[in-house]
Amino acid sequence: MALLELNEVTMKFGELVANDRVSFTVEAGSIVGLIGPNGAGKTTLFNCISGLYKPFSGRISFDGKDITGLTPYQIARKGAVRTFQVVRPLKEMTVFDNVLVGAFLKCHDNKTAFEKAAECIRLCELTPFQDKLAGGLPIAGKKRLEMARALAAGPKLLMLDEVMAGLTSTEVKAAVEVILRLKDSGITMMIVEHVMEAIMPIADKVVVLDSGLKIAEDAPERIVNDDKVIEAYLGAKYSQRMKEQRSGAGG
Amino acid sequence: MGAFGSPIHCSQRLLFVHSMETVLQVLIDGILSGLLYALVAAGLCLIWGVMDVINFAHGEFLMVAMYVSYWLGFLAGVDPLVSVLAAGAFVFLLGVLTYQLIVKYTVGKPPLAALLATFGLAMLIKNFCLNRFSPNFRILSDTWLGDKTYHLGELIIPIPQLVTGIIALLVIGLVYALINSTRFGWAVQATAMDKEAAELMGINTERIYLLIFGIGGACVGIAGGIMPTYLAVHPEVGSLFGLIAFICVAMGGFGSIPGALFAGLLVGVVESFAGFYIAPVFKYVAVFGLYLAVVAFRRKGLFGW
Amino acid sequence: MVNPTKNRIFGKDAVWLLFIAVVAVLPLVPGFADNSFRMHVFILILLYASMAQAWNILGGYCGQVSFGHSVFFGIGAYGAAMALVTYGTAPWPGILIGMAAAGLVAVVISYPCFKLSGHYFAIATFAIVEIFFRMFQVWDWIGGAIGLDYPVIEEGLWNLVWYSKTGYYYFALILFVIVFGVVRWLEGHRFGYYMKAVREGQETAESLGVNSAMVKLTAMAISAVLTALCGVFFVQYNLRVDPSMVISLDMAMKFVLITILGGAGTLLGPLAGAAVLIPLQEYTRAFWGGLGGGIDLIIFGLIIILMVIKQPAGIVGIFQGIRQRIAKARGKGGAEIGTP
Repeated sequence: MALLELNEVTMKFGELVANDRVSFTVEAGSIVGLIGPNGAGKTTLFNCISGLYKPFSGRISFDGKDITGLTPYQIARKGAVRTFQVVRPLKEMTVFDNVLVGAFLKCHDNKTAFEKAAECIRLCELTPFQDKLAGGLPIAGKKRLEMARALAAGPKLLMLDEVMAGLTSTEVKAAVEVILRLKDSGITMMIVEHVMEAIMPIADKVVVLDSGLKIAEDAPERIVNDDKVIEAYLGAKYSQRMKEQRSGAGG
Repeated sequence: MGAFGSPIHCSQRLLFVHSMETVLQVLIDGILSGLLYALVAAGLCLIWGVMDVINFAHGEFLMVAMYVSYWLGFLAGVDPLVSVLAAGAFVFLLGVLTYQLIVKYTVGKPPLAALLATFGLAMLIKNFCLNRFSPNFRILSDTWLGDKTYHLGELIIPIPQLVTGIIALLVIGLVYALINSTRFGWAVQATAMDKEAAELMGINTERIYLLIFGIGGACVGIAGGIMPTYLAVHPEVGSLFGLIAFICVAMGGFGSIPGALFAGLLVGVVESFAGFYIAPVFKYVAVFGLYLAVVAFRRKGLFGW
Repeated sequence: MVNPTKNRIFGKDAVWLLFIAVVAVLPLVPGFADNSFRMHVFILILLYASMAQAWNILGGYCGQVSFGHSVFFGIGAYGAAMALVTYGTAPWPGILIGMAAAGLVAVVISYPCFKLSGHYFAIATFAIVEIFFRMFQVWDWIGGAIGLDYPVIEEGLWNLVWYSKTGYYYFALILFVIVFGVVRWLEGHRFGYYMKAVREGQETAESLGVNSAMVKLTAMAISAVLTALCGVFFVQYNLRVDPSMVISLDMAMKFVLITILGGAGTLLGPLAGAAVLIPLQEYTRAFWGGLGGGIDLIIFGLIIILMVIKQPAGIVGIFQGIRQRIAKARGKGGAEIGTP
């Protein structure tokens, strides 16, 4: 069953069409990658789904219900929680309290909320920093905090907006591990990502946007061979390397 | 409105309302005080627009200028029309000092830090004047313009207010020209749009801020310098003018000088009509209510974006 | 896993309970209650700390800096005074009506105000104070500009009036315990975390399912109702009220400045601010008398300027800085010591 379903979603800013009749589905339990060159409209689409923008036209349904035009908090309460590309720590609160705010969405008493927050902090490896002010974390820590906080809200669908951009390769590996663990625990994910090496191996399906239009929607191994995608975004070089990697792994 | 004790009975009010001259007279009074408000607001508007800072001591700057003009008149016999320059210069310096000693250190702190710090300064200035000069109302007599009036048919135009209005238009025009058509003005606009980018282009933004605070002070200094011709000076006089200036600037829109001029005139006219046709005590209720009504529909003011 | 946050909270509460016990016992110390001026200063500290704390809910924890709280203060004061002076009953029904009215007014004015941000919100709250001030001045039903004077009435809980300072002292202490208790409860509660989240980032909070408009509205209503309760004490203590005593801009600023001085968004801040400011105000006034008009406010102005520039986290921030330095000097082991 499709958890999230986008139907001809269009978003305009004045004359600029940021998303042009985008349709796709996110199956429950899967990881969907959303990729595309800068300015392709990935974050705009995220903002439409999470309610920050009201789509110009089209329909978004989540868990079988129409959520088009709902406010961000209503959508979060339904179980679709996002992170922000530009990190937004609640600066003057501790790391623990940041995550606690997320945890309070599903846990209404302090005890379960505290436990939930501690668990998510441990999962995202933030335990040593939990009593520090969130504003003082290094950037990698802030990215992990974004994830821990969203996770604590107990989402059905977790929307990650470039949580791996700007991280070192070791940090990327750690993040990928966390994502896979989350998948195992049954959370559906939609991931906007620039770090191709990270997203391609873990995604069940990849949606490619270019200039607001969806130009491809397919399994990752077929996406890297799609001529339109190569032309628009990946570049011949990466595609070649990817193919070699896969044939190498197969043989 | 019976509970509030309307001062004019119905029959009388009908007479007033139907007289065209009365309406015109009320309108003229409103425009004249509106021009003064606009001048007071222009300085605040400049600072707000460039630095995103509210100088809460703005009304107290006005009061200081009035005292400068008053004491020059009282002790040395200088007419306010001349002291206006001294008052402008004095408050220019006051503005520069305020920036240098206080506001400079609030940059990078929470947005209301400057407001609170300048509120502290306002308390300091107001109570210093109260302590030194007593709460007494002081009026200059025998000024050049004095109680002179100009009669235009049935209409009475008070000369001091008229001169103030003309000065206000001149000063506002000058400031507008300075910002929009000089090299300095371009540097100011660049600083207002993006401080860091302006610095990269070689603009000394610290000095721009300093001068803007000075010029903002000079505007209100000129307004205060002329006012003792027709208004009593006392330590509390600045507070209300300061508040009205905030209203004008916020209603006009973030840093828009034409906006502040328009808002000043609107406030003056609304105040005048509400004061005359409803009751004097309601003039400020109407003004502040107008502000709330405007921002309820246009969050960033009439000319804001 | 053991949560360190919880242990800290218990330690903090113990210190607070001890503080309240000490304050409660003070008048029993021989000679303490004899000095009525000293009692007066203590009463005012408790009152202003409560006022600042009520403001702190909205301004400190929720981050919506309101300069309009004197309106709620005034409504509370007039509620009690109207019941007692105009209708000749006990103040109690007036207190309830006043608190409810303050909450209602808060919700109604929140509607336009919370759409505004930063300076626009601040100026809107100024405008509201001016409107209420001038309306109250010409409103004959509530005594207009002359205000309401209490008749000579019997002392005690029924009338909430006492002839001695000691009665007011305990009345102020109860007010203090109520307001600080509410804030303390909020601090450890889901809603308290939500308020802070809205302060730190409204969009982030919304992305986590927080209805920020509702949080702000609720914070405003709680803050207004408690402020009105402080207004009740004010009028019962002064035995008269007129608009300029309660609904002035200066009064509105006191709510803000005491909290900022002490440390906004902290439980201790309002008390610290009031404990510094009120003695300063009362003793300078007593020392210089009528001759030194405004001296206390000159000093206060200076303190505010210095505080905002040098120590925006207020008195509480100074203490935290010192504690951190001590902790550093002693190495990590020092982190356990010293709860405020």
